[in-house]
Amino acid sequence: MVTFILRRVLVSVLILVAASFLMYVMVGYSADPLQDLRSSNSPNKQQLINARVSLLDLDVPPPLRWVLWIGGVAKCAIPFANACDLGSTISNARVVDILPNALAATVQLVTFALVLAILLGVTIGIITALRQYSGLDNTVTFVSFFLYSLPAFLVAVLLKEFVAIGFNDFLRDPVIGGIALLVIGLIVGAIWQSLLGGDGRRRLVVFLVSGLATSGVLLLMSATGWFMRPGLGAIPIILLVAAIALGSATLLAGLRNRRALVTAGINAVIAIAAYFTLQPLFDVSSAGTLFILALATIAVGLVSGFLAGGYDRGQNMRVGLVTALFSGAVVLLDRFMQSWGDLLSATNGRPIATVGSKTPGLSGDVWLSGLDAFVHLTLPTIALLLISFAGYTRYSRAGMLEVLSLDFIRTARAKGLPERTVIMRHAFRNMLIPLTTLVAFDVGALLGGAIITEFVFAIPGMGSLFNAGLFRGDVNPVMGYFLIVAAMAITFNFLADMAYAGLDPRVRIR
Amino acid sequence: MSTPIGSGQTPPTEIPADELAAASAIPESQGRLIWRRFIGNKVAVASIIVIAFIIIFSFSAIGVGAIPGWWKYDFKSLNPQVNQGDPTLSLLPQFLGGNGISLGEHPFGQDRIGKDYFAMTMRGIQNSALVMVVLGLIATVVGVVVGAVAGYYRGMVDAVLMRVTDVFIVIPALVIGSVVGHWFGSLGAPVLAVMLGFFSWMGIARLVRSEFLSLREREFVEAARVAGASDARIIFKHILPNAMGVVIVSATLIMASAILLETALSFLGYGIRSPDVSLGLLISSNQSAFQTRPWLFWWPGAFIVSLALLVNFVGDGLRDAFDPRHRRFKLSKMRETRPEPELEGHS
Repeated sequence: MVTFILRRVLVSVLILVAASFLMYVMVGYSADPLQDLRSSNSPNKQQLINARVSLLDLDVPPPLRWVLWIGGVAKCAIPFANACDLGSTISNARVVDILPNALAATVQLVTFALVLAILLGVTIGIITALRQYSGLDNTVTFVSFFLYSLPAFLVAVLLKEFVAIGFNDFLRDPVIGGIALLVIGLIVGAIWQSLLGGDGRRRLVVFLVSGLATSGVLLLMSATGWFMRPGLGAIPIILLVAAIALGSATLLAGLRNRRALVTAGINAVIAIAAYFTLQPLFDVSSAGTLFILALATIAVGLVSGFLAGGYDRGQNMRVGLVTALFSGAVVLLDRFMQSWGDLLSATNGRPIATVGSKTPGLSGDVWLSGLDAFVHLTLPTIALLLISFAGYTRYSRAGMLEVLSLDFIRTARAKGLPERTVIMRHAFRNMLIPLTTLVAFDVGALLGGAIITEFVFAIPGMGSLFNAGLFRGDVNPVMGYFLIVAAMAITFNFLADMAYAGLDPRVRIR
Repeated sequence: MSTPIGSGQTPPTEIPADELAAASAIPESQGRLIWRRFIGNKVAVASIIVIAFIIIFSFSAIGVGAIPGWWKYDFKSLNPQVNQGDPTLSLLPQFLGGNGISLGEHPFGQDRIGKDYFAMTMRGIQNSALVMVVLGLIATVVGVVVGAVAGYYRGMVDAVLMRVTDVFIVIPALVIGSVVGHWFGSLGAPVLAVMLGFFSWMGIARLVRSEFLSLREREFVEAARVAGASDARIIFKHILPNAMGVVIVSATLIMASAILLETALSFLGYGIRSPDVSLGLLISSNQSAFQTRPWLFWWPGAFIVSLALLVNFVGDGLRDAFDPRHRRFKLSKMRETRPEPELEGHS
């Protein structure tokens, strides 16, 4: 095991070094870092050129310059010495200094996109596998083909130029017209009836109820000016939290399981109580307070599940955790919404941003700045997540179908386990194992895709660093970007292999 | 797929396509079988026809190089603004309240400086199609050679070639594409396509290698070796035809991603440069005008998506034809024949 890991790490480092040589030489020969100076009219032109040549060692040919560069990189391997040297940019800033901020922006973007893509993709993949060859399955198949064929920049530009501006225009006079209400109701109804399935009568009922409910709620929101002063209010929060408790208990344990139901109920009551009592605390909260509250939420969920006892404490704890987290999210969401008015006035009524990662000069409490980050990140995250979403639906659908046809599923059904247990505890977990490999590949793809998303939305992240560097012929920031991205891709691949071996006992590490 | 392609079996009399799966006892040439399965896939066949139509249409409309096409404008000249640059294409017949079916002066409208957008879009399609084919061919040839040599010889050769593949695969496609495009993009679309092809072969090489690793242990390879065939002959005449399924399917999928890569690079400014036209470049250079002239976005966008989507459909159809286990779009068939309980277990 240890020799395996050591060998893998060594090989990975060698591959990384070789790839960096390839990359360095290619960028070095393709780029001309002096192009802006050559065309300048400055009187001390020659002096400036000389200064830059000596700063970036441009008199050394790229393959040899790589040796200098890799020597600086090697210093990073010395622990605690802080001697990293990734060279400097054209404008004489050290790459080591500009990397962390760029990395933070990109990691934020990519993490949200990755998590959302996995959650949505796997959920939809499983549902389509369970409804194989239904109208829903065929629709999702077609949509995922469509998404495969949709370039990232097209989505990004579409969201930026049409959706963001359209929504901001809509906020000027937030009234939803009758035809729009009808169409939305029809679409939502159609989606719900295909998700829930059943015979014709049941489908019709689901279609009517969900369609009418959606249109009705939207009409109410439109009539009360909800889009200008959003918020959930006490009654919707109680209803939502109750639905979450019921849902998580049903999905994870089944309604027959009284203890799970009690656990979910306890967490729901605590969440509602927190909503009424914690508002003053929220008003003075900082990010640290929220973090502590999140930890407390997790603890409450786990402990309540544990104390409820029964023959399967692990299951109860899962129910408690899921209920607590989602209910907590609802309470937080409500608080964030209360800051919407402030954001509207700070942005002249056009809150959905299309440029940058935060509104310049906006200062406010954690809620306002959080909301601000949210409106800046939403569209880039959507643009990014669509790249990988289709992949996850396809893989999890295929994986689920594969697992469902295996013998141990037949055994589980034959011994009389309820279908929910078969799907959630037997099939679902085994389906997740091959997904680890996909996640590893996907991290690389998302980091690459971030180049385009950051370019369109002008987010100062890693992608912009790469893009601007390459455009100006600036090798060092490009290489800094490459080093991080390649190292991340390799690390995730390695972790995926390890996870695979850990999860699937049939895989042996040599 | 155990029978080698082209092993000289005579095709039997016509069997309905439905019975083919059950009639595996009757020998039929593998190639014919696959061809029949592919032809039976209406989506894939229709996609091929539409792709061919789009490409021929784009080349005939504005011509190639010095050869003129049937359309009156070219993609470079500036024309007076007609109808504020609105598209003049009209598809609604007069009796339905439209203006009749006609192209008009500028069917796809004009950009801000008056260039004919139809000619520009056609030029963009030409370039995308060119990059798609050239990149696909080069990546496939390089990938097949690398994968075949690595898989056939194993040992040191395999180890070295696969580590080289690892080195290339570590760099994300868009990153290495940007660098290559930055370097060669100004030399025109054909050069760009060739150079990008030399950096896109890694996936296919890995697939071909694993296919070769298993095929080289088969009896027919042994037989060929005993008969005194050379290594090259075994690789190209005996093993490669049997790995053709993997090669063709992944070549098609590379072509689909080539369209997306080329348009993305041109969008970023690393691909095809002005005054030449790429569908991605059209979107990036007109981005600030989409509020007033949304058609400048929709025409190139629609053609990028439809080309990539159609090629993906073809790839999917080919995959089904080569490996019927992955059947997707034939729902009616699947409903009738429920998957029988398989007793042999899953591979």
